Amino acid sequence: DDKLLSEPLNHPDFFNVKELFTLKDLFDARVHLGHKKGCRHRFMEPYIFGCRLDQDIIDLDQTMQHLQLALNFTAHVAYRKGIILFVSRKRQFCHLVERTARECGEYAHTRYWQGGLLTNAHVQFGAGVRLPDLLIFLSSLNNIFEPHVAIRDAAKMNIPTVGVVDTNCNPCLITYPIPGNDDSPAAVELYCKLFRMTIIRAKDKRRQSEAIEELR
Amino acid sequence: LRLIYTTTAVQRKNVGASGPEKYTEAFIKKQIEEFNLGKRHLANMMGEDPETFTQEDIDRAIAYLFPSGLFDKQARPMMKHPTEIFPEQRKIQWGEDGRPFHFLFYTGKQSYYSLMHETYEKLLNVQKYQDQVTAQGLPLQKEKRNLAGSRWLTKIELEEMLLEKLSDDDYSRFIQLLQKLVALPCADTEEKYIQKFSKEVPVQLQKVVIEPLQYDERGVAFSTGEGKRKTARATAVVYDNGSGKITVNGIDILHYFPVLQDREQLLFPFQFLDRIGKHDMVCTVSGGGRSAQAGAIRLASAKALRSFVTEKEVELMRQAGLLTVDPRVKERKKPGQEGPRRKFTWKKR
Repeated sequence: DDKLLSEPLNHPDFFNVKELFTLKDLFDARVHLGHKKGCRHRFMEPYIFGCRLDQDIIDLDQTMQHLQLALNFTAHVAYRKGIILFVSRKRQFCHLVERTARECGEYAHTRYWQGGLLTNAHVQFGAGVRLPDLLIFLSSLNNIFEPHVAIRDAAKMNIPTVGVVDTNCNPCLITYPIPGNDDSPAAVELYCKLFRMTIIRAKDKRRQSEAIEELR
Repeated sequence: LRLIYTTTAVQRKNVGASGPEKYTEAFIKKQIEEFNLGKRHLANMMGEDPETFTQEDIDRAIAYLFPSGLFDKQARPMMKHPTEIFPEQRKIQWGEDGRPFHFLFYTGKQSYYSLMHETYEKLLNVQKYQDQVTAQGLPLQKEKRNLAGSRWLTKIELEEMLLEKLSDDDYSRFIQLLQKLVALPCADTEEKYIQKFSKEVPVQLQKVVIEPLQYDERGVAFSTGEGKRKTARATAVVYDNGSGKITVNGIDILHYFPVLQDREQLLFPFQFLDRIGKHDMVCTVSGGGRSAQAGAIRLASAKALRSFVTEKEVELMRQAGLLTVDPRVKERKKPGQEGPRRKFTWKKR
């Protein structure tokens, strides 16, 4: 059992997430498009490639690196049977995100976030709740263009976060930010597809490893 | 004091999760066994057959053995099946390894949000089907659903269906989504799903059965009607081919009702239908006072006249208020007051 858990940690890319996406895929899905110059957040400046006709363009090389790290991390979490919670407050993609979560066998929360969900879980749910081990934000702002409460709550409860940060978002408290577009349907569908594939891949690998261990 | 006879919707917290001993499955099974044993004992006590002892027999036996003068029926001793007494509780939502069963568990209101998710999915399916149909060039079916005959589930019914507390906003959003789904032209494909959330509302008239005319020995058509007003009860028999004679308790109306107002009340149904001189009426009335008896006979005669008249005129009568029982009764006197409304004289010192 120890060997099962420690073996993936010896490789930099055990689940080979690099092959899931290319720079061209990201470009075709319009991931590099940001908001206008006026909406730019100060902390997003390192991730911005440039500005064209007042619209910010996100540096896709950095996005590639961040995306690879984030997918690797989610794969490891899924391999160790962690609970993954998809969060997004974009009404357009609420159904898509919930469907992705259901197909992965993980959980989603695309509705109004009640205040004490993570911090007051034992009162709201019951005595022996298990909190999520990873939060994935497909849009880190809520409907009022403020940072989502879950980012701060996850930081308080020591839960790592992976999040797609657009040019108007604050990437500070997110452990694995992914600078990229969160408004276009094409971009969000690409992210959903990537996360779904990594999680399913990681779970299959876990099942295979367990089967091999049992055979011994 | 343990609150047993309530619905889950009233309790905000998930009581089933916090109290491990109160509503577990084993506990409810034990209660059901005790109930069945008690039922057989009760049947033996009452001298009846334990096999064919129904719930009504149980209620009657308990009312006989434990007579109670309490006003509230729900405060009296009762013996019902445990599934009716202990409300349906939600069992623990997660498995042994801690992973919740439902994919929307972390939202808090999992059944409500999964319902919204499903309904939105049906909406998208209908839109996709619509696009396919228009792409093929076939015309869209436009069969209008009968909106007048059905209503959506109320908030309380929905709460009972989902076993979760809802807010007014949530409920109205769900109803809006359903209406949006129904408004699409090709919504017929999801009829079955929509019917889960709609109920039939029978039109008022369909419930009331209008009796057919009866014929007596001479071949004259007649029909009976019953009416009441305050404490007066009246039965009226209206005959066809008459001359407008009205008899009350064997006495002519001129002698029974000396006051003009009462006689006007009696004539109102006939005047409304323009049949003043065409019918004879024989009525019996008891109880009440002068005006109450007149009102009772008026209602009885209107009910009797329904058999002679077309459905449209019956609807007109109903809208005129001729067929409604007057609900006004004498208000009770309250303690601390002299009458139903009059208070005692206020003395300054």
